[in-house]
Amino acid sequence: MTTKRNTITIALAGQPNVGKSTLFNLLTGLSQHVGNWPGKTVEQKEGTFTYNGHTYRLVDLPGTYSLTANSAEEIIARDFIIKERPDVVVVVVDAAVLERSLYLVAELLPLPAPTIVALNMMDVAQQEGFHIEPEVLEAALGVKVVPMVATRNVGVRELVEAIDTVVHDDYVYAPKHPEVRADHREVLAQIEALVEGHVPEPYPQDWMALKLLEGDREITRLMQECLPEEQWQQVHSILRQHDDALMAVASGRYEWIGRMIRAAVTRPKVGQIGLTERLDRWATHPFWGLVLLAGILGLIFWLTYTIGAPLQELLDTYVVGGLAELARTWLAGAPAWLSDLIVDGAIGGVGAVLTFLPILVIFFAVMGALEDVGYMARAAYVMDGFMHLMGLHGKSFLPLFLGFGCNVPAVLGARVIESRRARLLTIFLAPLIPCTARMAVVAFLAPAFFGSAATLVSWGMVLLALAVLALSGVLINKIVFRGQRAAFIMELPLYHLPNGRTIGLLIWQRSLAFLKKAGTLILVVSVVVWILSALPGGEIETSFLAQIGHLLEPAGRMMGFDWRLMVALLTGFIAKENSIATLGVLFGSTGLTAGEGAGLAETLAATFPAATALAFLVVQMLFIPCVATVAVVRQETGSWRWTFFNVGFLLLVSWAAGAGVFWLAHLVGL
Amino acid sequence: MRNESEMHGATPAPGSKPGPKTEVVALSVLHPGERGIVAELLGGRGVLGRMAALGFTPGAEVTIVQNFGHGPLIVLLRDTRVALGRGEAGKVSVIRT
Repeated sequence: MTTKRNTITIALAGQPNVGKSTLFNLLTGLSQHVGNWPGKTVEQKEGTFTYNGHTYRLVDLPGTYSLTANSAEEIIARDFIIKERPDVVVVVVDAAVLERSLYLVAELLPLPAPTIVALNMMDVAQQEGFHIEPEVLEAALGVKVVPMVATRNVGVRELVEAIDTVVHDDYVYAPKHPEVRADHREVLAQIEALVEGHVPEPYPQDWMALKLLEGDREITRLMQECLPEEQWQQVHSILRQHDDALMAVASGRYEWIGRMIRAAVTRPKVGQIGLTERLDRWATHPFWGLVLLAGILGLIFWLTYTIGAPLQELLDTYVVGGLAELARTWLAGAPAWLSDLIVDGAIGGVGAVLTFLPILVIFFAVMGALEDVGYMARAAYVMDGFMHLMGLHGKSFLPLFLGFGCNVPAVLGARVIESRRARLLTIFLAPLIPCTARMAVVAFLAPAFFGSAATLVSWGMVLLALAVLALSGVLINKIVFRGQRAAFIMELPLYHLPNGRTIGLLIWQRSLAFLKKAGTLILVVSVVVWILSALPGGEIETSFLAQIGHLLEPAGRMMGFDWRLMVALLTGFIAKENSIATLGVLFGSTGLTAGEGAGLAETLAATFPAATALAFLVVQMLFIPCVATVAVVRQETGSWRWTFFNVGFLLLVSWAAGAGVFWLAHLVGL
Repeated sequence: MRNESEMHGATPAPGSKPGPKTEVVALSVLHPGERGIVAELLGGRGVLGRMAALGFTPGAEVTIVQNFGHGPLIVLLRDTRVALGRGEAGKVSVIRT
């Protein structure tokens, strides 16, 4: 390739857990931009760096084990290489798991873009007793191989130099190609002859024939459209006779890889018991693994409440409260409605959401560290049995756990699940996880009503929510998905030390995404709800919101609620803890930002019987999620119907549970 | 869950050395530390594709790391630890070595 352009595009490919993001972060730092691949809910990361006076654009392809159309990630990765034609593809390979990670290389070499192999984790490979000769591997593969240790910045310079050579000099790219297993070569030749001349641009013909033989759904559909009927029938009948060809193609790749490995790697004779094996004796044990997981979860909660909660209060008092003060002084000359709109509506609403940032940062940090260390796969493994009850498998546990901090990252986290069915169900269940905002409401109301039994009631609420989650999962799986279950196959990566840079960038990106959401959608809804509570007369008691509350009172009466409790529930739509602020307004406290007067809890306790309070807490736990969660449910499922189904289901469940608990509490005389 | 024993014929008593003839069993019946060579995989194309990419192809050597007789298994193949649902493991037949 002799082209000399100003911006050179590099695609970064690699299987999961090979250190791809570490390398990406190292090269691009804070220049990276995170978005979505067009039309997909798959994260796209891009960044730039300069070397030798040229700007390089680095596109991080999704981590995939292969390039066959099993998932959206795989289609995105190969489409980018085939259609966008990057100047070079850097494929990151884990030297300690060389055989398996070369599988992706075997898939990449038949594609037209020049490829460089970044042979990462050389240090781990050495520890595991492997002796690898990169030059031999380079000669065997016919592409550049750069040994490196990305976590210690070793080999990165050499990699950039290799990229520079490949795109700028008269570099002749002549990779070796893996072949299919001998018994299927003839069939492959037949298929290629049949599709010749009909393969649409820019797909390589031999690659298309191979993917047809593999039974790739996407390519089969495409070729059915492009081939004349008669030829398609011929291809189709060949494929039908060889429906086992997928394994022949995959075996062919692994046989080829085996030859590369035999040339370049000396393997240890006896495997010594490594750190991973020793740790896994506990971490994946059906009993001790659960104990360890429970301990880790307990630690996260402890951290959240000892560090996160006080920070949240500080933020609320000084930042949000201070900002509100400032805005009030500043708007002293403006009409009162404007000042109220900005202070109570905008700052009150968005501020309430923003105060959750410290808790979220703690959550993101711990989860990021656990993921980076390699523990998360183990947590998924030990939770697999429980998740089975709901037709899900272990992987769904991870996003759901994030929900204890905030439901928004829980819904977003469901992206790690391969099957769409399991992803939809996980998203559906995420709002039933009691988030910190819901727990704040419980923590405020429970002591006033139940005194010393408050802790018991709070735990009861959490258990109830989780029980409803499990039951809903079983129910939805049976009715909507007819009990199908996704296959559980997951790599358990080797444990390694966490990388501060990787975790730091992860916290930064996730927090930024959360803040963006708070700054846009939540702002709009906060203002709308505030307007509903202020118009037409300026008093919440006579406002539109109150009228809605009165309208809904009959439904509330079954749970012992009056219109004020209904309104409190409704305003919780912005952010759950708004319910308390609303009650403060309705029961005579001063306003949203002035905080809830010390007397509010006592006033409430004097107004309502314990049965009503219990029902209110139950409904609060199970009610429709906040607006931010609903928005991401829509975004991630891509379906309004599913979103409405989700919200409708929660409405029904919370109402039924509320009414049931109220009735039960009455029976026992509360 | 399917009955795993239907995947194979007569099983020798535990501990007995496999004879010269090869014995094909479901991966899920092997005990920790036992090894097998993948003979055949059953399943839908999507699952097979994912398993093949992770290294489950005929001829691959698999070592059982963890198998408690219920719940998912952990196996080691091609230097990778893979967690595998019991249902999936039941559809992999291996030659016991």
